[in-house]
Amino acid sequence: MKRDWLKGANSAYDVVVIGSGLAGMTAANMLAKLGHSVLLAEHHYNMGGLATWFKRKGGHILDISLHGFPSGMVKTFRKYWTKEMADSVIRLKGIRFDNPQFKLITTFDKVDFTNILQERFGIVKEVIDDFFETARNMNFYDELKMTTRELFESFFPGRKDVWRFLMEPITYANGSTLDDPALSYGIVFSNFMDKGVFTYQGGTDELIKKMKKELIKNGVDIRTHCLVEKIHIEGKNVKGVKINGKDIECRSVLSNSNILSTIHKLAGDENFSSEFIKEVKKVRLNDSSCQVYIGIKKGEKIDNVGDLLFTSVAEEYDTEKILDKQVTSRTFSFYYPEMRPGLDRFAIVSSTNARFKDWANLSEEEYKIEKEKLIKSTLDALEKYVPDIRQKADYFEAATPKTFKRYTLAPTGTSFGTKFEGLKISRDLPKQINGLYHSGSVGIIMSGWLGAANYGVIVANEVDKFMRSLKNKIQEMAPTSV
Amino acid sequence: MNREEVRQAVVDILEDIAPDEDVSSIKDDISLREQMDLDSMDFLDIVMELRKRFNIEVPESDYQELVSMASCIKYLQPLLKDRQLAS
Ligand SMILES: Cc1cc2nc3c(=O)[nH]c(=O)nc-3n(C[C@H](O)[C@H](O)[C@H](O)COP(=O)(O)OP(=O)(O)OC[C@H]3O[C@@H](n4cnc5c(N)ncnc54)[C@H](O)[C@@H]3O)c2cc1C
Repeated sequence: MKRDWLKGANSAYDVVVIGSGLAGMTAANMLAKLGHSVLLAEHHYNMGGLATWFKRKGGHILDISLHGFPSGMVKTFRKYWTKEMADSVIRLKGIRFDNPQFKLITTFDKVDFTNILQERFGIVKEVIDDFFETARNMNFYDELKMTTRELFESFFPGRKDVWRFLMEPITYANGSTLDDPALSYGIVFSNFMDKGVFTYQGGTDELIKKMKKELIKNGVDIRTHCLVEKIHIEGKNVKGVKINGKDIECRSVLSNSNILSTIHKLAGDENFSSEFIKEVKKVRLNDSSCQVYIGIKKGEKIDNVGDLLFTSVAEEYDTEKILDKQVTSRTFSFYYPEMRPGLDRFAIVSSTNARFKDWANLSEEEYKIEKEKLIKSTLDALEKYVPDIRQKADYFEAATPKTFKRYTLAPTGTSFGTKFEGLKISRDLPKQINGLYHSGSVGIIMSGWLGAANYGVIVANEVDKFMRSLKNKIQEMAPTSV
Repeated sequence: MNREEVRQAVVDILEDIAPDEDVSSIKDDISLREQMDLDSMDFLDIVMELRKRFNIEVPESDYQELVSMASCIKYLQPLLKDRQLAS
């Protein structure tokens, strides 16, 4: 008999959170702590969404999206999760670049970047300071017209090498390009430059295990293997959800599912005004990724060649080339034994930005061949840095945009939600339907571990406000009804 | 609540959201941001705590009223005057 993953669930909750990505989990945790009854429904058997990992025979553990996050994550863990999680954050200091324009290693913070820009690229100190200042003060409301290209053009005219140094890592960190609003660059760039790049010691598996424990402690009803199929809406109000064929009542829904899926599939266009849907149709999804996972044999070691390595054989930074299936740019993440103390293991993950359409329409056979090719070309590129990688590693696997789509249900396997315009749609959802909220990777700036988790808190605040206003109304009505 | 109690209520909230800061030495007339490492997320936390503890809703347009301890007290005291300090 098929297992009932909703066994013992209540018939109604205050809030149903759809999806256990970092935004969904953080919001669920906050809402439970604020006293609401919360159901967290996740279609996958694991929690974490893109913040995930997998284990393979031979003792390999591979992380998907743990390449680095800004120091702000410490505070986010400390305030919305636990001190123990905050204390597990460690810094990555060896960030390397290797491309036809320059080779260098940096600690990836403002001080070191200032030095490099001055000494290596010959930029005047005042210009650098002014650039940092401008990036830091990017204002949500008035900088929208300026693109990152224009920002670079005004500070470093014609200096394509400087552009690459400043842009390439951010393209990997949030999928933004030179033609996106400068503000989506400025916010993420400044977050990293503040103190550098950090990671979670213990790995994603440790983190998600701790988050799960905390959610349970705070009373969240967690249900994996639970696909939310529909959000029930009557008039302009949320009434409930349908999960694995079963209806559950709730006054509000916080969807961590992709914003476009939330509107088109879960809620249904018919529940929104036509002007709103017109705007929704303009929202562009971000691109996706390919990854190659390389597990080093037990007992083997690799030299420290840096933590993050941005490599490219392209002459210049070029968005189209970065996305091209003929890969010219890769980011390698090296995981040394300090990552998971006690295990004494090494692993390498190669990431490239990619387009869904390049992978979606291949036959099964072609898809397999293309994945093999990707692994082979990745190892060829990696040999330059770890010469005997083919002897040292005994596990190889590739993920494509199709893989990301399958696990997160995100349309076209998008790695970073939507382009900038998606944020307004996400924010405006509750103006269309009372009790309907979205949180998670959207609008470039709300993506990445830090962006997603903090956006979870921001939206949890709004759900709390809404739920309390409902409860207050009921209280006000109570005396007259006796 | 009297002025001192309102102040204490704000101190309690700050201690909760910035557990690693020394809240006892805060000066009332200087902006909180200058004395503590507070960002926009922290101010959001203050708003959430006020709602949770006192059922007070601070609209976004009033966020600027929370800039210093003195302005917090001035803004909150009328809203809290009939309240007992939560034990
Ligand atoms: C290859 C790659 C590398 C990355 N590296 C980094 C990095 O180094 N640092 C960093 O900060 N960020 C990184 N990111 C980005 C970061 O991982 C994401 O921005 C962040 O994890 C997204 O969180 P989220 O809350 O938006 O939700 P997601 O992670 O997208 O999770 C959404 C969840 O909702 C579930 N769901 C969706 N629909 C339904 C439904 N109908 N019913 C039930 N469940 C549903 C999904 O299964 C999923 O679990 C990377 C991303 C990728 C793809």
